[in-house]
Amino acid sequence: MVNTYELSPIYHFMRLGVLFSGGKDSTYALFKAMEKEDVVCLIAVTSENEASYMFHTPNIDITVLQAEAIGLPLIQQFTKGEKEEELKDLKKAIQRAKEQYRIEGVVTGAIESVYQAERIQKICNDLNLWCFNPLWLEDQEELLREIVKNQFEVIISGIFAYPLDEKWLGKFINQQTIEELVALQEKYRISPSGEGGEIETTVLDAPFFSKRIVITDFEKKEDKHAGVFIIKRAELVEK
Amino acid sequence: MILIVNMNSKNLGFNEFILPLCALVEPLQYDVVHYTQVPRITAYQKIVLSGVPLKDNEYLHDIHLFDWIKSCDTPILGICAGMQVIGLVFNSLLNQCQEIGMTKIQTAKENFLFSSTFTAYELHTCSIIPSDELEILATSKKCIQAIKHRKKEIYGVLFHPEVRNRDIIKRFICIE
Repeated sequence: MVNTYELSPIYHFMRLGVLFSGGKDSTYALFKAMEKEDVVCLIAVTSENEASYMFHTPNIDITVLQAEAIGLPLIQQFTKGEKEEELKDLKKAIQRAKEQYRIEGVVTGAIESVYQAERIQKICNDLNLWCFNPLWLEDQEELLREIVKNQFEVIISGIFAYPLDEKWLGKFINQQTIEELVALQEKYRISPSGEGGEIETTVLDAPFFSKRIVITDFEKKEDKHAGVFIIKRAELVEK
Repeated sequence: MILIVNMNSKNLGFNEFILPLCALVEPLQYDVVHYTQVPRITAYQKIVLSGVPLKDNEYLHDIHLFDWIKSCDTPILGICAGMQVIGLVFNSLLNQCQEIGMTKIQTAKENFLFSSTFTAYELHTCSIIPSDELEILATSKKCIQAIKHRKKEIYGVLFHPEVRNRDIIKRFICIE
């Protein structure tokens, strides 16, 4: 039995900024954060380096549309994406969120990666901000199932591992896709949620989106089991 | 029955520091209660005190709420904040000692939870300087990393075993 702590009537809801890539993990972390605290902005770091260590790269410009669909302001920081430079740019972005939106803390979609968690914890510590990782250590298959159950509309927008190929690009994540990913995990040790960078995803709709995203033009690029689903045009439609 | 004591003062700490512990003790029955609401502990076989986010130190203002630990005969494992509280309850001092990320741990005294040298995930700004009532089980370059009460089955680890050293928790609750 889980007896969660009953909120004190004097509980001070925190103003939080969510590190947002537009993929399923950061969007689901946002969903979890909104359930419990006051999310006041999204923070996106747009990397120009495709082999970025830290950030989800394909389709990142879609974050502008996603922020509009969600109804939250977006702090967008561009980075050349070289390892240490990227961290400085991330810090700059978080600093801006602190100044502009008076955030008290940052939320990330980190699940397993101690590399990612450590670096963001250090940045938050330097900036005297709280750091929350609501998906931390969650079972990755379970997480995918929760995302589908909660009616997130998610497509696969990048593939970066054998035997994933072009036919995966643009696929919606549903029960069947999960079963296929789990089978690949057993055979090829691909992490089903893709936190190891095997797949990247883009969220087109979620329960807290006030509008949904419809893709009107796209292009698939794939070579030797590395590929991206490029969203060339997309629009917001009423739900 | 296992008791997980939630040491967090903020809502989202529950997802990050309690749910992973629940997943680990899952084969057994367990309760989660907040440290301000600890019930009669005689109903439990093992007690785990959770960790908290780096900036959470609310529990340090509520040390009087942990007096029950002094007379507790149930085995306790305190993680991070939990180890600091065990230290303070048994008259140790808190010292500033920050570590974030994977860190090398050296076992100082043989025990049933861990052995030799290993790496573990750290997320803390303070450790403790143990009183005579506690013995040191492990250290890192910078901090005391694990302690045990000399007469009781009360353990504290400063690192987060739920992240990369899950066997330690499994051994503690005997489900290995």
